[in-house]
Amino acid sequence: MNPFSLALRLLRRDWRAGELRLLATALVIAVASVTSVGFFTDRVERAMERQATEVLAADLRLESNQPITESLIEAADQRLLRRAQTLSFPSVMLNNGATQLVQVKAVSDTYPLRGRMRVRDSVSGEDHATESLPQPGEAWLEERLLPLLDLHIGDTIKLGQSPFRIARIISYEPDRSANLFQLAPRVMIRLDEVDKTGLLGPASRVRHYLLLAGSPSQMSDYRQWIETQSRPGIQVEDIRAARPELRIALERGGRFLRLAASTAILLCVVAVALSSRRFVERQSDTSALLRCLGASSRDVGRIFLLRLLSLGVIASLAGSLLGLAAQAVLVELIGHWFTSRIPAPSAWPLLSGLATGILVLIGFSLPSVLRLSEVPPLRVFRRHLGTPPVSYRLFLATALISLGALLMWQIGDDRLAFQLIGGLLAGMAILLLVSRLLVHLLTPLRNRTAGSWRYGLASLSRNPTTTSIQMTGFGLGITVLLVLAMVRVDLLSNWRNALPKESPNQFLINIQPGEVESVRNLLAEGGIETGGPYPMIRGRLISIDDRRISENDYRSPRAQRLATRDFNLSLATEIQSDNKILAGRWWSESEWHEPWFSVEQGLAETLGIPLGSQLAFEVAGQRISGRVENFRSVQWDSFNVNFFVIGTPGLMADLPATYITSFYLPPEKRELLHRLIQAHPSVTALDVTALMQQVRAIMDRGTLAVESVFLFTVAAGLIVLYAGIQASHELRVQETAILRTLGLSRRRLVVSVLLEFTLLGGLAGLISAALASAISYSLATSVFELPWSIDPAMWGIALFGGAAGVGLAGTLASWRLFNTPPMTVLKKA
Amino acid sequence: MLQTSSNQHPVTASGLMKFVETSEGRLEILQRIDLQVASGEAVAILGASGSGKSTLLGLLAGLDEASKGEVRLFDTPLSGLDEDGRAALRAGKVGFVFQSFQLLSGMTALENVMLPLELTGHDSPDQAAAETLSQAGLAQRLHHYPSQLSGGEQQRVALARAFAPGPKVLFADEPTANLDPHTGERVAELLFRLQRHNGTVLILVTHDEMLARRCDRRLYLREGRLEAEA
Ligand SMILES: Nc1ncnc2c1ncn2[C@@H]1O[C@H](COP(=O)(O)OP(=O)(O)OP(=O)(O)O)[C@@H](O)[C@H]1O
Ligand SMILES: [Mg+2]
Repeated sequence: MNPFSLALRLLRRDWRAGELRLLATALVIAVASVTSVGFFTDRVERAMERQATEVLAADLRLESNQPITESLIEAADQRLLRRAQTLSFPSVMLNNGATQLVQVKAVSDTYPLRGRMRVRDSVSGEDHATESLPQPGEAWLEERLLPLLDLHIGDTIKLGQSPFRIARIISYEPDRSANLFQLAPRVMIRLDEVDKTGLLGPASRVRHYLLLAGSPSQMSDYRQWIETQSRPGIQVEDIRAARPELRIALERGGRFLRLAASTAILLCVVAVALSSRRFVERQSDTSALLRCLGASSRDVGRIFLLRLLSLGVIASLAGSLLGLAAQAVLVELIGHWFTSRIPAPSAWPLLSGLATGILVLIGFSLPSVLRLSEVPPLRVFRRHLGTPPVSYRLFLATALISLGALLMWQIGDDRLAFQLIGGLLAGMAILLLVSRLLVHLLTPLRNRTAGSWRYGLASLSRNPTTTSIQMTGFGLGITVLLVLAMVRVDLLSNWRNALPKESPNQFLINIQPGEVESVRNLLAEGGIETGGPYPMIRGRLISIDDRRISENDYRSPRAQRLATRDFNLSLATEIQSDNKILAGRWWSESEWHEPWFSVEQGLAETLGIPLGSQLAFEVAGQRISGRVENFRSVQWDSFNVNFFVIGTPGLMADLPATYITSFYLPPEKRELLHRLIQAHPSVTALDVTALMQQVRAIMDRGTLAVESVFLFTVAAGLIVLYAGIQASHELRVQETAILRTLGLSRRRLVVSVLLEFTLLGGLAGLISAALASAISYSLATSVFELPWSIDPAMWGIALFGGAAGVGLAGTLASWRLFNTPPMTVLKKA
Repeated sequence: MLQTSSNQHPVTASGLMKFVETSEGRLEILQRIDLQVASGEAVAILGASGSGKSTLLGLLAGLDEASKGEVRLFDTPLSGLDEDGRAALRAGKVGFVFQSFQLLSGMTALENVMLPLELTGHDSPDQAAAETLSQAGLAQRLHHYPSQLSGGEQQRVALARAFAPGPKVLFADEPTANLDPHTGERVAELLFRLQRHNGTVLILVTHDEMLARRCDRRLYLREGRLEAEA
């Protein structure tokens, strides 16, 4: 015997006879959702990342106070990278006797490599994106410079020795947001006109930038190369070091997409497990017969194994192709949201689809299908001798291993994966237990009711194993859908709330202590609310627990940068309302004199600062040191003023500070800002409207992507529901036939089946609501760090949705039975 | 009948006993069975419902294990073999027809008949199967599923499946019990025609005297023992 060809023949026959359709459909949907999400998130993440690279106007940026070394440029050219050069330096501009410090930026023709500038042609005009750059003899500048120097568009200004005509107002400059707190207003000219100004003397404080962009592989190649080079005084920056607002927005979005994908996997494995069980039940006869005819249990095992594997490969391929098609539609749907083209799909989601299909089968189908080889041949005489069930331990072990591997691989976040698996296990255990209990409680009821109720209840209690497995399947399906619905709403609304419509779009920096009162009054008169101004103290971290820190102590570029740069420190008596204490506690009034620090959690992790350790900072030549009293979380994407490190008044009150604040300025009140700047010329006003729009765009796109991915999970949920319904199909075929021959009317039969499923669905919904609350609580608090509240509507939806959904679907799925003459059914038996 | 070589006695049982433990104590289904079936012989085993006919058949075919005593199939003692060893012994040489357990519902008539041929690695299972099916008068129904066939037709497919590999021994459990007399008669006709034609040993369990009378020998199962006459 050639088991392989026999297996293939049997597979073909089963397929034609519809035996494998459910299992295959579950598998195809599993693979399709995994691959489409895989393809889609892969592409969208790359597109989002590319979009985020706008923050640097490049994929990678080199910065130095010397002209960028020729060898670094050559290496970029060798790798066919696109490049642009910019330089920037402070200068003083004069007009009508007023002077103003400005930051001149000179750009080469190819600037910017990523993103586009937005400009206005007049003060009152609309801003628009532009591909062009200042023409020879032109300067573009930031709006706030106009009132400071009493200038107008079309005026001529002098930079050093050469005159420039003010042509446009810059409203958005991609890489400006990377160093938001640059103080002086911007003036932009062409790189080839810098020499004319004669401002680039040896004493000038010029920063030179080399901007690079290319394909991911080109970039990583260059990045690896540059790591090996000695490059004194050159800083390498990539997107990860950019503004935390964008980084966090991206990370949250990516996490949610992967969560949605994993949820689809969870649902599909349930469907696969359910349909495998049914497959095994239906194949027991084949196995018994094969053994009667002389096949050894190894032969039978091999036949089923090969059959399953070939099914797995075929279904996975089909699923992968379906996924590929689906993601193309998705990308088509949202593609136009992206400013840059969405990168082409890579091949790995296809491979991962295949691997997913096989893994799911191995974990959730193989153990029970292999038991088919143990069907006693005596079944040919004694029908009740079926396939021995898989031992719970074996099933759990394979299921856990395959699911664990799948989730860790798909989510790339072990903690989240463990939480999901833990949730699934606990959920399964609870559902099995509770459903057993419910069946037990329902059994006595059946004798106290009559008619359809009686039959409906009877079907539930007659086969407790099938009933509780069904209820577990329905329950898991409903739970996952509920969790996703809740977390999705929570996440998306919180994501948006993190950036409400009126979140701060203006920053005032460099407010001197003597100006605080007057600035506050001016803003108050204009009806503008602000939590600040907050004191800001520049300081450098010197040591942690008396251990001096240096760049070399750290691996990650972010940590290295943090270790060498000045921090913005602040002092406070109260914790800011959008901050949250994660460890330790905030100081009370009697403790204000203590030498204590409060440190942002992420910073503490990056730099390895333990709670209770002693930190020393150098501030304006002075050394202050204090104990880390608590860790805080900060909502960086809120655009509120926030600080990594905050000290007690006792520790920091005497240090030289300037003040900073942020607020929302409605467009119609722009004039107030002009007055403020004129009254306080040394105060720097920063407009972050454009950056905020960028963050908003990322959130919107992320939301849309998440919503689309959610559809797959819904499809997976439906197939679980269907598999659950089919689980009792065989039994019901027999029962309805017998009941009908015994004279039960069709109407009563329909009602009893409707009751059976409605009860099942309603009960499953109720258990699910409890489970979903628990899971979403743990997800919201520990993974997404979002607030959580109990949702009574969800319980209602779960109960009635479960009852109605399962009730209707179950009845409809059985509809054919009600119309089949009982004779046909009985003859088959 | 002193000789017991496999050529002459493909199926023998001696001192065969079967009991099962139930909640009401030990239930002795078969007390002490001695049986020798010669090559080409057709033996009918009769008995009331619940007398243990199916149990005996299962033991003789090696589908179940005896509590005591010995079954030899093709001169091989079954007690020395495990489940797989017994299966290997059956492969291609033993056929079955059952009362209620018939065809695999997911396969057509032809595919059902092909199954044992495919299992033994027959060169052209479809041809051989089609041939046997037309001998059974079902040449027009090759591609029909069991649900599209009448009870008698299903039973004929089952017979074709049993005979297709050319078995040496055929075990049949009430092959006509579910059929009306006329159809039963046609099925019986076919069964014995194929049996004679192939020289197959037939061990036929039935409670139908008419059917039993067509066999070479009739044995009665009563209170766990086999008796030669009613
Ligand atoms: N595993 C078992 N446990 C308990 N009793 C059993 C078991 N197997 C068989 N029996 C009993 O043994 C007796 C013989 O069963 P068997 O199926 O062999 O009868 P039969 O002669 O084939 O009956 P029928 O003509 O109705 O098919 C029956 O009373 C049956 O209930
Ligand atoms: Mg019987």
